[in-house]
Amino acid sequence: MSAAGAPAYRVRGPSALGGDPRRFWNLARTLAATDWKVRFYGSALGYVWSLLRPLMLFAIVYFVFSYVIDAGAGVEHYGVMLLLAMTLYFFFSEVTGSGVTSMVDRESLLRKVGFPRAVVPLAVAMVAALNLLLNLVVLVVFVAASGVQPRWTWLLLPIPLVLMLVFATGVAMLLSALYVRYRDVRPIWDVVLQALFYATPVLYPIERVIEHSQTLATLALLNPLAALIQESRHLLTGAPPVTEALGAPGLVAIPVALLAGVTWLGFRVFDRMAPRAAEEL
Amino acid sequence: MSGPPADDISVRADGVSKTFSLPREQLSTLKERVLHPTRRRRHDELRALRDVSFEVRTGEVFGIVGRNGSGKSTLMKCLAGIYQADAGEMWLRGRMAPFIELGVGFNPDLTAHDNVLVNAVMLGLTPDEARRRYASIMDFAELHDFAELKLKNYSSGMQVRLAFSVMVHVDADLLLIDEVLAVGDAAFQQKCFDVLQRSRAEGRTILLVTHDMHQVQRFCDRALLLERGRVVAIGDAADVARRYTAVNFSAPGDVAGEDGGLPPGDHDDGARLVDVWIQDAAGRRGTGLAQGAPCALCLRVRFERPVTDPIFHLALSDGHGRTVFAVSSEWDDGAGGDFGPGDVVTAGASFDNWLAPGRYELTAQVLHPGGGGRVMARAENAATAVVTGSRAAGGLVDIPHAFFFDRLNRPTPAAVDGTGG
Repeated sequence: MSAAGAPAYRVRGPSALGGDPRRFWNLARTLAATDWKVRFYGSALGYVWSLLRPLMLFAIVYFVFSYVIDAGAGVEHYGVMLLLAMTLYFFFSEVTGSGVTSMVDRESLLRKVGFPRAVVPLAVAMVAALNLLLNLVVLVVFVAASGVQPRWTWLLLPIPLVLMLVFATGVAMLLSALYVRYRDVRPIWDVVLQALFYATPVLYPIERVIEHSQTLATLALLNPLAALIQESRHLLTGAPPVTEALGAPGLVAIPVALLAGVTWLGFRVFDRMAPRAAEEL
Repeated sequence: MSGPPADDISVRADGVSKTFSLPREQLSTLKERVLHPTRRRRHDELRALRDVSFEVRTGEVFGIVGRNGSGKSTLMKCLAGIYQADAGEMWLRGRMAPFIELGVGFNPDLTAHDNVLVNAVMLGLTPDEARRRYASIMDFAELHDFAELKLKNYSSGMQVRLAFSVMVHVDADLLLIDEVLAVGDAAFQQKCFDVLQRSRAEGRTILLVTHDMHQVQRFCDRALLLERGRVVAIGDAADVARRYTAVNFSAPGDVAGEDGGLPPGDHDDGARLVDVWIQDAAGRRGTGLAQGAPCALCLRVRFERPVTDPIFHLALSDGHGRTVFAVSSEWDDGAGGDFGPGDVVTAGASFDNWLAPGRYELTAQVLHPGGGGRVMARAENAATAVVTGSRAAGGLVDIPHAFFFDRLNRPTPAAVDGTGG
């Protein structure tokens, strides 16, 4: 119990990452686990809902958009592509939407315990990632039902998914850091998310846009979110890859640079805010 | 003087300073910034800590005292890695557990069970260790029956108990405790005392922030007195406590001033209360008093002007401000006489302590003789006592008593096997 043998260490003050990766990981997964649990308090079916809810929602969307509205007329496997795009978009929306207020929501913890601050937005991303995985499990049912042939490109699907996780976490860090000082960030981001939903080829396939205007399609795909979704569609069902849909393959550098730049900016801004988070809350 | 501290030092602060900038006008929304683009954000600077240096040896209980706003909590938060100090160096040795603002940061929407797991991990346990210790944490807090209740349904006293229990179970070598002993019921306070004593025996290092000088004298080996962010005294706990009392209770006007106490003219400067305390049978000062044992309420006064037959008045009030017990020399004979400037008198009342368990405050007054109650000196809530007992009590006092009962409708043998016949 005595600390006599332990080495002395210098108090560095709060930071984004801290110096102990194992402690960081333990904190993040504990916070994520309790966040996940709290979603299902008081419901009789509990965790079953995390599969049942997307199953029923997907069935409705699949039916309405494939048979009633027929938004993807002539596009092969439109229904599956729609569900994949929605799953990815809602993942991004969940990470960033809950990420905005995450630091402020954890105020009592931040003001009373010194711990690596980046744990907070990261736990939000982990919960959303778990949700994404469960949605993808449900998606497999629809992929099988709609007769998409298995293809080797499925093995590459984790790449855009991981990039999506990194990008969404970077944006969430940026927003959560800004929100500590500027409470306007939340309503602004609500609007931006809504705009992104329509600016991203989720409900409509990019092929439809290309038929009207290649310029519009190119503009839409410069958005990293749209590019990642399009690439996932390509890997899952053989839709045109981003490089092809962009018109000029070289343009793919722009969404890639945006993704890297925004993620880096998010981390930098968060890192600078972290030491003062407790006093500015 | 920089670099790591000597081997027997667990905490070292070296020239620590912390300044907060408080925006004078709150320009926190974009609209305000757009409407007033040229207006600079102006700040008031609050220098919370100025060049604070001290060392705490391993195994020491170290008090940090000072009035509200003197920087005690800021210093704790800097040591706990919650605030970033602007200047200076701080070194710690061993695992540190903070207990700040009466808690460890519970989430009101989670159950006690989940909060305990999250916070134990926050304080440095692995998730497995946290699960293994969960039962003993709940045992210590005596909250097993409420484990699945959300924290928002907990009373503040229950929350503090739970938080304190988590903190003492994370195997910290160094405890940073901010004002825990001021809350909770007497039984819990007794438990806190026991834990502190045991921690000290186990060689843990404890930093204790408190307003209560009797706690400092009872628990702390050494102490530090902060005033407006500066260290004004450091050393033996009793000396620092005396210095604090001297600074804050030096003149009757000051005493009353802090509590908003007496209207002008209600007291004069005819006397000065030098000290007010509560002691047990052995003459020890301290906050803890065992129920049933003899104890005494005491004051020491120094007269500044001549007076004949002054009245000494001592009143104990409970946590709700109710006067539970009061004594006055006016009601007893034999405390009279002539006193001149410079005379120092110790007066008091001893009695067997049959107060119900709880926290009590002592107010002392010296009055002019005769009616009218003209006050010469007064110190309000100048000493604290926590009465601890082994049994629960329902009223303000627990008068020695014998319980008896007599059952009147004793069943007759015939009624017991009445089905026979």
